[in-house]
Amino acid sequence: MKNRSKTVAFIGLCTALALILAYVEILIQPLFPTLPGIKMGLPNIIIVFLLYRRGAASAIGVSLIRILLVSLLFGNVMALFYSLAGGALSIAVMIILKKLRFLSPVGVSVAGGVTHNVGQILMAMLLLDTVELGYYLVVLTVTGTVAGILVGLCGAILINNLPNKLIS
Amino acid sequence: MTEQKNTARAHRRNDILLIVLLLLVAGAGILYLFVFRDSGNVVKVTVDGKLYGTYSLSEDRVEDIHSGEDGHNRLIIKDGRAYMESASCSDGICVAHHPIFRDGESIVCLPNKVVATVIIDGDTDSPDIVA
Repeated sequence: MKNRSKTVAFIGLCTALALILAYVEILIQPLFPTLPGIKMGLPNIIIVFLLYRRGAASAIGVSLIRILLVSLLFGNVMALFYSLAGGALSIAVMIILKKLRFLSPVGVSVAGGVTHNVGQILMAMLLLDTVELGYYLVVLTVTGTVAGILVGLCGAILINNLPNKLIS
Repeated sequence: MTEQKNTARAHRRNDILLIVLLLLVAGAGILYLFVFRDSGNVVKVTVDGKLYGTYSLSEDRVEDIHSGEDGHNRLIIKDGRAYMESASCSDGICVAHHPIFRDGESIVCLPNKVVATVIIDGDTDSPDIVA
């Protein structure tokens, strides 16, 4: 039997890391005042890493917990809805693309970053009952792609280099 | 071992294809939405999907938009462009948004559910608009 408490500790560690990365992201946002509402998606480094090294279940779990915590700590209920929609679509797409085995973690991360934005915009369109948000989508697709590449490269470093004995 | 290398190479190629494809689609969208668009002459403001008011871009004005219980956005129209000067929400995304004037451009305040969109309205009393 696998060591359960070790698993709990490891997942907790990953959740804490994802949370801190989300906080760092909020801290550095004032550095880019011309890009309102645009985030790097740094927590996705942890999600992509978990997806490749521990499987879909832990990636979904950590993603869900971190979205709930970040929205409650730094956002509001509306932010929670947007984040949940983005997170759910993003992780679903990443799981499918990983299973199809034709992209590296970088490509999977790019797809995850872009679909995170798509999910949020779709939810906003639904809640606001407006299609005018399509505007943001084209801009967010560019930034999401660039951020996804950086996040994917960071994730790939973890995926390729973290020894198995550290992961449980 | 070489098989592994080949797969890695194919993955990298597919990654790049995906990235180029996404950037091309977005680039086409940006050209369509931001460059090849005529100027609009009217700003339409909706709150929670309902029409709040329409304001001509040709005259400068200050409009306070009230939404929900204590939501508030100040819309400024100046020199044919509209922007949000202040907002009661915490994120300030709408305030940071660049001034809008092209047909279809919009500023959205998600927390207050306020959407300001530039449109072309033929029946407006501003025939002197420069397109």
